Amino acid sequence: MECLITATLTFLYFENIYMNTALLSLSAINLNIGGNHLLENIDLTLKKGEIVTVVGPNGAGKTTLLRVALGLQKPTSGQVKLAPNVTIGYVPQKLHVDPTFPITVRRFLALAKCKNALNFNELLADVGAEHVIDSPLQNLSGGELQRVLMARALMREPDILVLDEPVQGVDVHGQTELYDLISRVRNERGCAILMVSHDLHLVMASTDRVFCLNRHICCSGTPEVVVSDPAYSQLFGEHAANNLAIYIHEKGQKTKHVCHDQGVN
Amino acid sequence: MFDDFLIRALIGGVGVAFVAGPFGSFVVWRRLAYFGDTLAHSALLGVALGFILHINLTLGIFIICQILAVLLFVSQYQRQLASDTLLGIFSHGALSLGLVALAFMDDVRIDLVGYLFGDILAISRTDLIWIYGAGGIALIGLMFIWKPLLSITIHEDLARVEGIPVDRVNWLFLGLIALTVAIMMKVVGMLLVTALLIIPAATARRFANTPEMMAILSIFVGFLSVGMGLLGSFYYDTPSGPSIVVAGCLLFILSIIFQRK
Repeated sequence: MECLITATLTFLYFENIYMNTALLSLSAINLNIGGNHLLENIDLTLKKGEIVTVVGPNGAGKTTLLRVALGLQKPTSGQVKLAPNVTIGYVPQKLHVDPTFPITVRRFLALAKCKNALNFNELLADVGAEHVIDSPLQNLSGGELQRVLMARALMREPDILVLDEPVQGVDVHGQTELYDLISRVRNERGCAILMVSHDLHLVMASTDRVFCLNRHICCSGTPEVVVSDPAYSQLFGEHAANNLAIYIHEKGQKTKHVCHDQGVN
Repeated sequence: MFDDFLIRALIGGVGVAFVAGPFGSFVVWRRLAYFGDTLAHSALLGVALGFILHINLTLGIFIICQILAVLLFVSQYQRQLASDTLLGIFSHGALSLGLVALAFMDDVRIDLVGYLFGDILAISRTDLIWIYGAGGIALIGLMFIWKPLLSITIHEDLARVEGIPVDRVNWLFLGLIALTVAIMMKVVGMLLVTALLIIPAATARRFANTPEMMAILSIFVGFLSVGMGLLGSFYYDTPSGPSIVVAGCLLFILSIIFQRK
């Protein structure tokens, strides 16, 4: 009996450490380009299996923050720390492929450096884009492209998936589907997700923590906490905040359910 | 019926078209036409350098093209000027500087038209060795970086996150393009180098559905253009470089008509 209790406690202890270890942590990030403070004193951590969303108005530095987190942009000061042996999958907002470049989705996936050979049909079916496998990359709709980009990122078996405005230019129905897909990827693969969004409604229901960015972090926490924060209303306007509060209240049951599932896993 | 010089011209033209196909495809995909122009326009400066240092003129052109490629690569990190403005400054600056430098050399008389529009009929054995030697190196180098270069062409940041050494690959690619431009000079001349890079590639686009197929098809379109241009030049006594480009344009127009049907 004693042994069992010790074992349970040990398990809980390690589980705790495991869950709390940051895969990615940004501390005191400042970015200054040509006299413009693009990012000011940003602290952000991403833990295993967690969905973190950065929201903010246009020009708030959301994409810049992602670029810093990805190591594409060196911060003026501050530290970006990645836990050892962590693989990042990156889903850019869009591709600027010249129309003269003849490339199909299949070939695009084949170009990815991945750990082991995969069946592209299965992979695309998993993200709901198997019908475009032989289409030229330039012919995809916004939603299809996001799914294909997500498939390519998943090929690397990432510990962290980074998405830049994943639903930009996708209709509302498609947006819900994409967020469901993102949640499912987290639940099935256990990878942490860091994404950026300027729309608030849909993203709130499928996220664990929100960082509200306007060059600096105005407020952060669970969606419920952020929405009731005065800094949030100030940034997005009273009206938007109130609408969202109602939305979250209605969706409350579902949100809790998702959290519960994650705890069991 | 065919003379020795015509056979040398054909061998040289075929060699250049072979190298121009794959490189031209990348020039089209990555929108580097103006970049190619800028490199080509520096050729006269290379000729001047060749005379000053008493070295092979193609080597002089190659050295200047490399220097310019390095300058352009480094200056893309500045944010003051848009890239086309910068390319314009380098392009016309190098062209004018070349002309001025040559004017200072009293004992040097060059065939300016030959450098501007190419003189394929005057290709020597040494030129052929340059075309096949340097062209071979350029193609082998390109094969080496082919896959990472395709990834960079699709999305540079994505390639970077996936661990491709983007800067190193880009450096190498620009160096190889400079080499290609230097050997193409003799065949179509500095003003028409870009034409031989982009027209065959643009023609091939309509019939290709993979990057490799487009590169290979543009090699064959290049062969056809060189062959047709040389024949035209021989029978109608027209300038060879422009004749090759006209042939290329005709093939491009045909490809559009063919595709419509």
